[in-house]
Parts: sequence; structure tokens; C-alpha cells
Amino acid sequence: MKKYDKLIFEQSVEGRKGYRLPAMDVKEKPLGNFFPTDMIEDGPVALPEVSEVDVVRHFTNLSNKNYGVDTGFYPLGSCTMKYNPKINEDMASLPGFTSLHPYQPEDTVQGALKLMHELDKQLAEVAGLERMTLQPAAGAHGELTGLMIIKAYHDEREDFKRTKIIVPDSAHGTNPSSAHVCGFDVIEIKSNKNGSVDIESLKEALSDEVAGLMLTNPSTLGLFETQIKEIADLVHEAGGLLYYDGANMNAIMGLSRPGDMGFDVLHYNIHKTFSTPHGGGGPGGGPVGVRKDLVKFLPKPLVEKVGDRYVLDYDRPLSIGKVKSFYGNFGVLVRAYAYILTMGAEGLKKASQYAVMNANYIMRKLEDHYCLPIDQVCKHEFVLGGLKKANLEVHTIDVAKRLLDYGYHPPTIYFPLIINEAIMIEPTESESKETLDGFIEAMIKVAKEAEEDPDILRQAPTTTTVRRLDEVKAAKDLILKYQA
Amino acid sequence: MFPYIPNTKEDERAMLESIGVDSLDDLFEDIPEALLLNRALDIGEPMSELEVRRTMKELAGMNHSSETHVNFLGAGAYDHYIPSVVTHMAGRSEFYTAYTPYQPEISQGTLQVIFEYQTMIANLTGMDVSNASLYDGASAVAEAAMVACAVSKKNRILVSETVNPETREVLATYARFRGFDVETVPEKSGLTDLSKLAEMLDEETAGVVLQNPNFFGNLEELKDVKGMFTSKKTNFILSVDAISLGLFKKPSEYGVDIVVGEGQAFGNALNYGGPYLGFMATTKKNMRKIPGRVVGQTVDVDGKRAFVLTLQAREQHIRREKATSNICSNQALNAMMATAYLIAMGKEGLREAAMQSTQKAHYAYERICGLNRFEPAFEKPFFKEFAVKTDIDPETVRKALFEAGIMGGYDLGKAYPGYRDTLLFAVTEKRTKAEIDKLVEALEGIK
Repeated sequence: MKKYDKLIFEQSVEGRKGYRLPAMDVKEKPLGNFFPTDMIEDGPVALPEVSEVDVVRHFTNLSNKNYGVDTGFYPLGSCTMKYNPKINEDMASLPGFTSLHPYQPEDTVQGALKLMHELDKQLAEVAGLERMTLQPAAGAHGELTGLMIIKAYHDEREDFKRTKIIVPDSAHGTNPSSAHVCGFDVIEIKSNKNGSVDIESLKEALSDEVAGLMLTNPSTLGLFETQIKEIADLVHEAGGLLYYDGANMNAIMGLSRPGDMGFDVLHYNIHKTFSTPHGGGGPGGGPVGVRKDLVKFLPKPLVEKVGDRYVLDYDRPLSIGKVKSFYGNFGVLVRAYAYILTMGAEGLKKASQYAVMNANYIMRKLEDHYCLPIDQVCKHEFVLGGLKKANLEVHTIDVAKRLLDYGYHPPTIYFPLIINEAIMIEPTESESKETLDGFIEAMIKVAKEAEEDPDILRQAPTTTTVRRLDEVKAAKDLILKYQA
Repeated sequence: MFPYIPNTKEDERAMLESIGVDSLDDLFEDIPEALLLNRALDIGEPMSELEVRRTMKELAGMNHSSETHVNFLGAGAYDHYIPSVVTHMAGRSEFYTAYTPYQPEISQGTLQVIFEYQTMIANLTGMDVSNASLYDGASAVAEAAMVACAVSKKNRILVSETVNPETREVLATYARFRGFDVETVPEKSGLTDLSKLAEMLDEETAGVVLQNPNFFGNLEELKDVKGMFTSKKTNFILSVDAISLGLFKKPSEYGVDIVVGEGQAFGNALNYGGPYLGFMATTKKNMRKIPGRVVGQTVDVDGKRAFVLTLQAREQHIRREKATSNICSNQALNAMMATAYLIAMGKEGLREAAMQSTQKAHYAYERICGLNRFEPAFEKPFFKEFAVKTDIDPETVRKALFEAGIMGGYDLGKAYPGYRDTLLFAVTEKRTKAEIDKLVEALEGIK
């Protein structure tokens, strides 16, 4: 069925229906009684006509052309593609959660409020910070929210000249982009050869115009920033705040806490660290945590416990306001809460330990076959610098595409930008030794093929539903909707 | 011991040996001693699946919901019917456990769904191009304002007082930090005061934001709005009700430049406010500034039709600090639910859902306004939601309804101090005549 290639619009047949509503049980009146008739669309609604069977076959066939964590190993660096537990899906589908209207009175949603209050406390404890907002809908949304809090902090101190945010050159693209959307100018500083912050560059960049520094730890290269205390002190002495991008949190849960390292503001990607599914590009969740004196700037409302009741507290005069309607991606938060309950303190720590072990295991097995630019113990992920025996004809992209033929989702490629031909591998804790061995074997085979018959790589993939795409044509022709 | 961590103690031993270290602790030696957490996190002991289920069901059981009470609440989130097929299709784990489709060869499922979503959103709104979704309807308005500022190179946004108050709050937050100005166009008797809008418009206006139907449920008079603009560069941004697209003229007919909206009503459960999706569609002219993912059609090396993320030069991972928006992950699975909903409902179904909603809402309106202590708040044309004035305290109404097994009567006074005695009721196709009659009876019975 992988040959299925029809758009739903090409299957539309006049008169076919995929739904049935009850008959109208109030007396129908002419629409002209309700509103001016020139407001009414007189043409047909621009949607296809198919039966329910067509809908099901269509999506089922399309799903067969997709690859998810449930399909197989997904070592996509920086994305933490861990297994998404099924109990979490079941819990998020309980009608007592899915059928709650966001404007129901507080006394009718005590369970939902309690869940959010508890999750707030748990996430803050893992971070080593005081409080969280659960409102941001994704990681980048969390970054934006966190940066707004940093700006609000300086504004309250009437320190208006702090218009710059420092971002390392190894950072994810959302960091500089979020800073820009928040109205900051971005100073990019160089990383040293280990991919950590270059202290001298940092010192040079710091001034009384700097609002803060954005950092991941472990770094984008999967290495713990050992000088983090010094970095924190430098930033704080210069009057700035330290922002923790939680993309790499899966390496250190229960082992070390950003708050203890000196970070003031943090966001998590709960769709990475706390196992909620990525959904093919969302919905995610980007809760933001802060140290005590910044709590007053968190978006409103926060869930507070008053006696044995939970309430939504909107009376927060210094709050940055709202960044999203209502309270966050609640359905995603339910899944994260179920995950934390399952894992407990012991499980989260074990998850990080095994995520790190799995990464080091693969790294050591591949170091003879691929360039390893930084040879030291890694955390939850590591970065290779492409094929070892560099054949000018074959690149990292070809390695990635060949892995598709072996049935694997490729690692992240060409990121971080500071490593040539980068291949970034993050296995996560939810993979067995056998799975890792299978992947290692495939990687080694690909490296051999690159030497012996590079054409195999250049032609890859040959086993997928479609082969390499003409992306230039896509950007030039710009067919962005179906036209009959 | 943990079902999601397959490696055993034996595996651990073999793997550590292969790595060349003695213990797991050795893998964390790079963390300075002072930064190691030498205690267990204070988040509780692990639970079995059965215990998790029990705990979660207890929490869910503490809530009342649209399942236990008849729902007449709206104000931005609506209890429309979701065909079973929608949930089942979105529940296919090949979709929901996939990442953003960066490897198109093994992501054609997700990519084609987004392409179909874009097609239907563009066609329903009458616009040239739709993106792959945004976080929600409110942040979509904020993103649209930023697009308007970027394409017009101006900095002033006018937003009607009749736009959803939550949306305006989100817009205000983005404006404060991004650094654009937002001014509110006052409402008059439940509609945007168009004469005030005309006075406020100037050459420096980047965009004007209206909502239709507006927060009060009323249908705005849109046909003369675009003609009032004094600068060709000013963008007309319209936030629309998703289901209303099945009944009313397309926003493009009013010269709208950017159409946005809350897409929840397209097959997404209420979920206490999220995850939902924001939709956005715009003109060819604005296309290169549209935020978020966009999927385009192309061919593979064998000439076979295929789909791929495109126009990526706009986005944060290429443009970094020069990108118009910082959005990365959006609401793909929610957009997929919207796609399944729109396909299942189809040409007839969306119109019927809109039609039944408006007929039933008008039935409820007439009956409620026939009661002694209730009267119309605005007497303006509306779609599926309407406001009524009463001399009864909103909290008293709420409690009485709740006892009768009904939730509803959003208190407009919370966001509009001028409408302290006014309640908003939403009626979807899901409501029956019997339920509406029960609502009327309960209102009538309030002492």
C-alpha cells in the first residue's frame, strides 16, 4: 500500500458523505431573518465529498508512508525522540480532561487545576527553580516567554539600556530568532574548539547593555559546560541574567539542576524530556521556570492553592501578560504529568543515566569509522564530523539518505553549524542494546559502502515510498495547495 | 524495572565495559562536584501503570465537564461535534510519534496531510496561501500583526474592542516586547465603531484587526472596511470563527489581507484550553513573510509527485535572528485533526454544522429573550453565540444553571466592565431542542 499516491481531492464524488448529524429539531427559519443575505456565501463550500471509509483508508495509507518512534529507532540529535508511553495517551483521553471548557468555573475543574499545580512543582524541582508557567505551547514559545521575563526584570529596575542578548554560535536557530522577536539585538559569540563557551569572547561581549546569555547545558555538542559557574558569575556580575534552553535536559535529570548552576530562567521542551509525542511537528509544551525574585513576572494566570482549593490567580500586576489563550497545551501537560508519576525521582535519574550511557556506547563504536571531532565522554548526544575517509563525492547527506534504506530515521545533520559535515546522534534511554547494535552495524556498513561504492549512497534512498526530492523545484514553483 | 527503559543491569555492565568506564557515575565525572545533586528529587516514588491510572482517573473525576453538564459556554472555545473517525486517524502512532518532517522520504504521510490542510484552509478563506498552523487563534493574531508590520514597514496596529479579550491580551504582550504599538478601536452597541476606525486610520497604520463573528457573537459590517484604509500598505487582518466559514462569505471577498482564526472547532476537543491550533492564510504578496511551516508540492528524482517543507528561507533555522517569527514546532497533530474533520464533514457537513448552530442559537435567543428578566443586549445579527442582559447576578445564574445540569452564561462583565449584567451563550449543532428548552426553563426558574 506504500504506492498509494492520491490526494483526497482526487477522490471526491458528488453526493458522497462522511458524516451524519441528527435532524434539525428546531423550526428552521430563512437565514434572511437572521442576518443580511449578502453576508451568506452562495457558492458551494470548498471541501471534498468522500465517505467515512474513504477517510479511513486515506489516512491509514498515508500513515504507512510515515516513520515515527513507534516504527523504529529515531536518533535525531537535539530532539530527544524517546518512546511515548501509551498510558499517557489513554490518560489524556479521559473525558474528565478532554471535555473541560477553559472558562468553566474553578470549582468545577479542581482536578485539572491540581494536576497543573503539581506539575508546576515537579518541573520546578527538576530544574532547581522556584516556579513555572505552563502556558507556552512549544520550546520556541518558551524561549520567547523567558526572554520577555528577562526584559521585564530589567525594565522594572529601570535599566532600559540592556537591549542585547548573547547567543553562542552553536545555538539552535530559535535562540537568536526568539531574542529578535522579543525586541533584543543578538550578539553571537564564538565557541571554543570543544564547543563550549569561549570565556574570553564572553568577557568581551558582556557589558551594561547585555540583558542576558542563552545557553544549553550540556551544550549542543552534547558536552557538559564545566565552566558554567564561572560563566554564571561573569553574566551576573555584568548585571545580566542566565537563560537555560532545556533542549538537552534529558542528560541531567536528577543528576544536576540548572538552578543550582546559576541559571535564572529556563524552558523545557516537555515533548522531548517528558516523553509527550511530537505529533509530526507539535503540539508540544514549553513550560518556563524562574528563580524566586522573577516569579512576579510569569504570565498570568498561575494556579495557586488556597487552603484545600485550587484557584487561577490573575492578580499579578507585574506579569508579562499572556502569551497564549487560556493555560497552555493542557492535553500535553496531562501526558507529562502521567510520565513523571510513572518514573518518579528514581526513574527520571535512570532515564538520564541510560540516555548518556547509550550515547557513549554508540560514540565509541563509531569512532573508528567516522570523524569524532571532540573525543571525550559525551552526555545524551554526540556529534560526528562526517565520514572518516573523506571521499569528496560523498557527504553527510548521503550517509543520512542511505540510513533510510536500512530502515532508520537518520540523525540530525549539518547541525550544529560549527562542525563540518555534522552528524548529531541522540539515542535516548528508551532503546535497547540490540537496537543500538543494529544501528551501529548499519552506520559501519554505510561507511564501508562510501569507500567501496559511493554511488550506492548518492542514489539512496531506493527503498522508500519516494526518493530524493527536488527541493529547488518546490521553492521555485511554489505549489502550496491543490488545484484541479 | 521501568517499562520504557529496556536495558538490563547485564546490558549496563556490558555497555560500560565497551565504553571503557567502570560505572555510570564515571559518565558524569565532567560535572563539577558542587553541581551534582546528591539527593533524590522530591517528586515522589515511581508508580505502576495501574497506580498512575488510578491517580489520573481520580483527578479527572474531580472535574465536571461537557460530558456531565450540557455546555452552552463559548467565548473562543466551542463544543462542536467531533466525528469518531477524527480521533481514530489522529491516534495512528505513525503520525503522532513522528518528528517535524525534515526527512521527506519517510514523512510523506505528515507532509501530504499538511498540504491537504493548507488547501482546505486557503479555499475556505479564499486566500492564496495557508501555513501549516500556529499555536492557537490568539497567537495567530499576534503573528499576523508582526507580518503586517514587516510587510508594511510600519509599526501601528489597530485592534477592535470586539476582538476576543484573551487575544488582545496576547497581542499586547507581543507588542510590548517586539516593540509595535497597539491601539484599541472602541465598540458601539456590540459592533466595531467604524466611524471611530475611520478617524484612527492613518498612513502609518500597519494593520487593522477585526474579528467575525466578534467576541459578542455579532457579525461585523465588513464590506466597507477595506475602503476606509488611507494607505495601500495597511493590512486588513480578520480573525474568523472556524465553523462560520461553512456559511458566510469568504474573508477574501472583503479584501482581507491576512485571515487568522482559532481552529479548535475543526475536530479538536475542548481539552481545558489546549492543544488547539491557529490557522493563518494570506495573499501571494505576503507569502514570503508568513510565519511557520509551509509544505509545497514537488517531484522526486523519478518524477513522482511528492511533498516537502518549502519557503524555508523565511524560517528561524536558516534566517536565525532575521526571521519574521521564531516559531518552530507548531500544532501539526491538531492541524491533522482539523484536516480529518474537514474531509469527513466535507462540502455538505461543514455547512450543516454551521446551519444547525445558527438555527438553534436563534431559537435559544428568541426563547431566552422572551423571559421576563432577560432581554437582548445588542439586537445585532449574530451567528451561533449571543449576549443577553439580565437583572440577575451572573454568579446566581451560573449556580442555578449548574444545579440544573447546565454550564453556560459567560459573564461579559469580566472583560467589559460596561457589560456587567450581560451573559454570553453559545449554541452548537450538538445542542438539542430539549436541552435548549431545559436551559430556558432553568433561567425562568431563578428566584
